[in-house]
Amino acid sequence: MSMELPPYATVGQRIWHYTFLVICGLVLFFLIAPILVIIPLSFNAENFFTFTPGMLAFDPEAYSLKHYRDFFTNANWQQALRNSVQIAPVATLLSVSLGTLAAIGLSAPHVPFRRAIMAILISPMIVPLIISAAGMYFFYSRIGLQGTYIGVVLAHAALGIPFVIITVTATLVGFDRSLTRAAANLGAGPVRTFFRVQMPLILPGVISGGLFAFITSFDEVVVVLFVGSAGQKTLPWQMFTGLREQISPTILAVATILVVISIALLTTVEVLRRRSERLRGMSPG
Amino acid sequence: MTDRTGTTGPDAFTGTTPDTAIRTADAEERAAGPMLAADGRPLKRSLNRALRAQKLRALALIAPLLIFILVTFIAPIADMLFRSVENDIVSETLPRTTTALQDWDHTSGEAPNEDVFRAFYYDMALAAQRKLHTRLGTRLNYEVTGISSLFRRTGRDMDNMGEVYMDQFVDLDPAWEEPATWVALMASPDWIADQADWQAADSGAAEPAFALRDGVGAALPRTAEIYQDFARFIQVEDGDSPIGEEPWPVVYTALYEDLVANPSAAGSFDGEVSGLVAAAAEAVQGFEAPTMKAAFLDSDEDWADPEVWATIQAFSPEYTPGYFLTAVDLKKTPDGVAAQPEDQQIYILLFKRTLFLSLTIMFSCILLGYPIAYLLSNLPLRTSNLLMILVLLPFWTSLLVRTSAWKVLLQQQGVINDILVWLGIVADGNRLVMINNQFGTIVAMTHILLPFMILPLYSVLKTIPPSYVRAAKSLGATNWTAFWRVYFPQSVPGIGAGSILVFILSIGYYITPELVGGTTGTFISNRIAYHISSSLNWGLAAALGSILLAVVLILYWVYDKIVGIDNVSLG
Repeated sequence: MSMELPPYATVGQRIWHYTFLVICGLVLFFLIAPILVIIPLSFNAENFFTFTPGMLAFDPEAYSLKHYRDFFTNANWQQALRNSVQIAPVATLLSVSLGTLAAIGLSAPHVPFRRAIMAILISPMIVPLIISAAGMYFFYSRIGLQGTYIGVVLAHAALGIPFVIITVTATLVGFDRSLTRAAANLGAGPVRTFFRVQMPLILPGVISGGLFAFITSFDEVVVVLFVGSAGQKTLPWQMFTGLREQISPTILAVATILVVISIALLTTVEVLRRRSERLRGMSPG
Repeated sequence: MTDRTGTTGPDAFTGTTPDTAIRTADAEERAAGPMLAADGRPLKRSLNRALRAQKLRALALIAPLLIFILVTFIAPIADMLFRSVENDIVSETLPRTTTALQDWDHTSGEAPNEDVFRAFYYDMALAAQRKLHTRLGTRLNYEVTGISSLFRRTGRDMDNMGEVYMDQFVDLDPAWEEPATWVALMASPDWIADQADWQAADSGAAEPAFALRDGVGAALPRTAEIYQDFARFIQVEDGDSPIGEEPWPVVYTALYEDLVANPSAAGSFDGEVSGLVAAAAEAVQGFEAPTMKAAFLDSDEDWADPEVWATIQAFSPEYTPGYFLTAVDLKKTPDGVAAQPEDQQIYILLFKRTLFLSLTIMFSCILLGYPIAYLLSNLPLRTSNLLMILVLLPFWTSLLVRTSAWKVLLQQQGVINDILVWLGIVADGNRLVMINNQFGTIVAMTHILLPFMILPLYSVLKTIPPSYVRAAKSLGATNWTAFWRVYFPQSVPGIGAGSILVFILSIGYYITPELVGGTTGTFISNRIAYHISSSLNWGLAAALGSILLAVVLILYWVYDKIVGIDNVSLG
């Protein structure tokens, strides 16, 4: 069923066809417009959240970088950025290293209790964040991890693990086991086989799992709000307080920067996905 | 050919022939058991061993992560479930009272007898010294409003109640004021020696734990018990030596009670303290000693209210369904389960609202997502990949970015209102209120969750062969019939998968309703957060969380039955 109209379409069919396209256009507009609208607004020279007449007339005076300057000079925002940059990579490293090992273990034939183990490992993705946050707050207070850097890193690593498990096991499904047997046959030890044969082939899956884990930690606000204390205030946390209390246009500048980061990550994941499919011969070119 | 006993029969032939070789091999195998591997072990066992090694290797790879998740994630969830029923604060803070209250009948309409008040006095005096009574008051205040201040007020009077006895003992003999008298009376000689060594060494090592003198527990049971509590508290909490500390007033009350009950207690002591105790035992008969009940009523008349005592009795057990009952607008009373007063019934309403908003968001997502998924699955790959970016970009964009975008758009001085005013649809003085209400939550969350509907739906629509619809049309179906009777039924699994996913995600949402929901557009999760960080009623937060968790797990089970958890798509 193609989206093209047959030449013999009736007037009614034509009207419906174009109405449908308009509806789709509107929904896509609904999806993308809110994200695009904040980009020009972040260059507003005034402290308004709407387009000033000057902006609509494309008056250069009406645009400025002052909100970006504020972000890069304000101590609160800089501290938040530093915290985010210190937490997310460490949490990602933890989830990727533990997650990749476990995914390799899980994809072996004859794993006892595979379903139960899988359910436990995926659970951080299933449980609503507010419940994870509540449980971690209670438990980490008991063991003295509440309000510490390590506590936040451990919590974020736990939240990122399901993504690593899912992407890496998906890559391993297409992995040809005879390659590792061939390597072993040629005299390579298990460690050498892993790093020289298996790792290069599953690397795209590992990296996209890592990106998912990174973005999970980098964007996460509910858990850090409860498990962290003022010393672990991350970028999303600072945005959350900003939105709840004194909403300042600097938030729009930060949001724009985050959108740019998302686009970069999305592109990377897409490129990796295609590369992985090509390596596994699942799609031509 | 008649003589069969000759050498011509094969059985009689003794040399090596193929026939005999096979026979020998067969016989050997029957004797030696199953087939062997290269190293001489039975092949079956060898294979089993290899399989076991493989399993162990796999488990060894999984173990670190499994332990990590169990500690960092599963244990916290288990802790939350435990907290939702945990209630040891009453029995831990008031151990003597809860025991004494067991026999009291809460339907009698009267406050309990003097024994209960006496037990309560000791519990409260010790709790007040440890500053634990306010915590207990806060806990019981969740059940009956006003108990918190009652505990706080009476906590301040606890020292006065004991000082009545303390002053009379000191008036009798100033030696009773000396910490040394008490140590000589109560402590074991071994401990006194150890403590002296410890003090002399001053090495920073841990203090030797206080030990009672032999026999003092029998002669002055209550005093020994309370003094030991006092000594341990001084050692552990303050890091001081009991040798230099004057006992708490409550210790004197205990001594009075013991001496009245056992006037010959002096017989258990020797030396100087024996005479001291004997003199005191004689004098206590003439002490001014108001009943504990009177002392408490003097402190606050509410102690005569049987409801206060019934509440303490009802929450004595270590585990309670109380938080769960509160979470569904019921309450535990001494007479069983009852409904909360009308003005305090908020949780059922919140659960209903959470369900209603989640369902609305889910249907909005179906309505908006279906056309897009249909379009994407029917366009040529190149175009659909391009349009897919428009779906994936919001999916990848930070939740807070999208929420702030909606906050900016929906404000009264925001972009949408500005456009409407400019178009003349809305008067400038009459701008629409689209944020901090249910509308704001629905719009923002539909936008945030829409990709979670489109992606699973798209993957199902992609698999529907176009030939079915063509066949239907060639058989005379109209466009609508072909869609509704042939195409749509095949897309239902996709709608189901997307709907459950969106529904599960939305009932647990916290951030977006908190920022754009105001007071009418908030979810149960906002209430959980409120109880954790503002009202500090952690038990109720845990109970609400447990109920929400149960709902989500049931839905996931359904999702697993329909779609399979393994098929979770990440776009």
